[in-house]
Amino acid sequence: MEGYPLLEVKELRTRFSSEKGTITAVDGVTFKVDYGETLGVVGESGCGKSVTAESIMRLLNEKSTRYDGEINFKGVNLLSLPEKKMLDIRGNEISMIFQDAMTSLNPVFTIGDQIAESIIVHQNLGKKEAMEKAVEMLRLTGIPSPEKRVHEYPHEISGGMRQRVMIAMALSCQPSLLIADEPTTALDVTIQAQILEVINDLKEELNMGVIMITHDLGVVAEVCTRVAVMYLGQVIEESDVDALFASPRHPYTRGLLKSIPTITGDRSQKLHTIQGVVPALDNVPKGCRFAPRCPYATDKCMTEFPLLETLENGQKIRCWHHQEIMEREAASDVITAAT
Amino acid sequence: MKAYILKRLLSMIPVLLIVAIFVFFLIHMIPGDPAAVMLGPEATPEEVESLKEELGLNLPIYQQFFEWSLHALQGDLGNSLYMNQPVLDAFTSHLGPTLSLALLAQGVSIFLAIPIGVLAARKRGTGIDRTFMIIAMLGMSIPSFLLALLLMLVFGVQLNWLPVAGYTSLSEGLWEHLKYLILPAISLGTIQAAVIARMTRSSMIDILSMNFIKTAKAKGLKQKVVIYKHAFRNALIPILTILGETFGALITGAVVTETVFNLPGIGQLVINAITRRDYAVIQGTILLIAVTYLFLNLIIDLLYGLVDPRVRLNRK
Repeated sequence: MEGYPLLEVKELRTRFSSEKGTITAVDGVTFKVDYGETLGVVGESGCGKSVTAESIMRLLNEKSTRYDGEINFKGVNLLSLPEKKMLDIRGNEISMIFQDAMTSLNPVFTIGDQIAESIIVHQNLGKKEAMEKAVEMLRLTGIPSPEKRVHEYPHEISGGMRQRVMIAMALSCQPSLLIADEPTTALDVTIQAQILEVINDLKEELNMGVIMITHDLGVVAEVCTRVAVMYLGQVIEESDVDALFASPRHPYTRGLLKSIPTITGDRSQKLHTIQGVVPALDNVPKGCRFAPRCPYATDKCMTEFPLLETLENGQKIRCWHHQEIMEREAASDVITAAT
Repeated sequence: MKAYILKRLLSMIPVLLIVAIFVFFLIHMIPGDPAAVMLGPEATPEEVESLKEELGLNLPIYQQFFEWSLHALQGDLGNSLYMNQPVLDAFTSHLGPTLSLALLAQGVSIFLAIPIGVLAARKRGTGIDRTFMIIAMLGMSIPSFLLALLLMLVFGVQLNWLPVAGYTSLSEGLWEHLKYLILPAISLGTIQAAVIARMTRSSMIDILSMNFIKTAKAKGLKQKVVIYKHAFRNALIPILTILGETFGALITGAVVTETVFNLPGIGQLVINAITRRDYAVIQGTILLIAVTYLFLNLIIDLLYGLVDPRVRLNRK
């Protein structure tokens, strides 16, 4: 499938129907991931980042979920594939790691069995060879004495170890795309760094694309090449990781970045917060979705819906006033610097 | 493992002691003179006196209990007044039909309940789910004797496919043995199935919402494998508890069904002993039933270890 980008999500809409009505959890999300690239997807809880990931894998309950748009993987629209074909893609071409490794591993099977299972399914290997491969995968993720570990159960190993097992499982069939849904959230900081390193090393070795879903901007700065910021089911800003940290355009992104505490900052000052709360998905604002919480919001923002605009440097932004805000902020920075 | 089993066996002692005390004093809880009650209103005072002597009812109560327990420990639970045989022999000779019936009924209930429970969980909230759960609710509410009588009427009397009542032992041939047990097993099994199906459903619904199910799907496993391998093995743990309970109930509580189908099992033994006021038999069978229950619980607990490695013992 040369010539096609690895993954191209176009205007993805994921709707859940429930007794109360329809909820649109992902509303027109568009992004691209290439081989060897790590795209960060950032946002608060409930912004639709996990639903986006699970839509790509089509893991959501097919009966109550409606997908619209396109998810082109190596040029094939996954949304139009029959379920049977999807089975060959899941765990083989696209793999996923979840947030909580404790509950994401089946407690009643050994680690080895769980890793070997996908190898047996996708690579037509016998149980014995699959087990050997499982041991090799565990070694790759840096687990000591893997030949003993394969016979252990998930409850017998530590949290960091479990996440390594998840990684070994996800990468056992050399997928071209790895989706990591908050892989380090439940881990200690020191273990977090190790896990990110393992993912990064294996990404380079296999030249795969990675979608790193997180709410931690530290993780983004560490491993991502590009970032998409999501708010209420939409991408509101997308850019290179350097550009995003150097000159965030959207007021929401600015708020997120400002709310990170710095070690050199003034400790007497309160940490910046974004006022208000994320509205419920069944009650989204009419105009710009961020308007009710935005300090720069005008009447236009409340009533008219902004589109994702591409700037000349490739940065994409969904905001009516980003140009003015940039200018205003620059001016106020000059004033602060002068005083 | 050995140490665990030994510990469990030792912990049975206090339970059995309490049951023994209760069972023993059963005789003394009856108002009036137990010997007179046993013999009925037409007995002469001499007859009552001689029975009291024979049963040792004239001794001080603690001494009576002590002697009774001592004998019980040696497997001597006294003699049946009416059957002229030791209580233990009476119990073992009635155990066969009950055990056969219990196994068959449990088989019927598992065969019905597990697939229905799993299906209802998968189709949660749909018409299929609701229909099965309503049937299960009805099944739980039907008295076993009513279902037994209906089955008898249809398959025994109208269609004449199966005998209405009676029993032949396994030594007479498998089919001869089974044909008397099919109707009672269905009537007991379907009622138990209702309980097990509801448990299976709720346990499966629980497990299907777990994260590791998503992992299994994300691996590209077929839905069948996800449900029957990854989910069911986990859902089995609470189901096993219910199976242990229902099996215990089948062994000890099939009194009504055994009576209706005239099966010479434990239930019938107990009922007859009660109507004849055969106290030694009542005491003995209750004690033995308690022992059976305790061993059944131990077996279930050991089975947990087989299903769930987290409760497995002695893993280094």
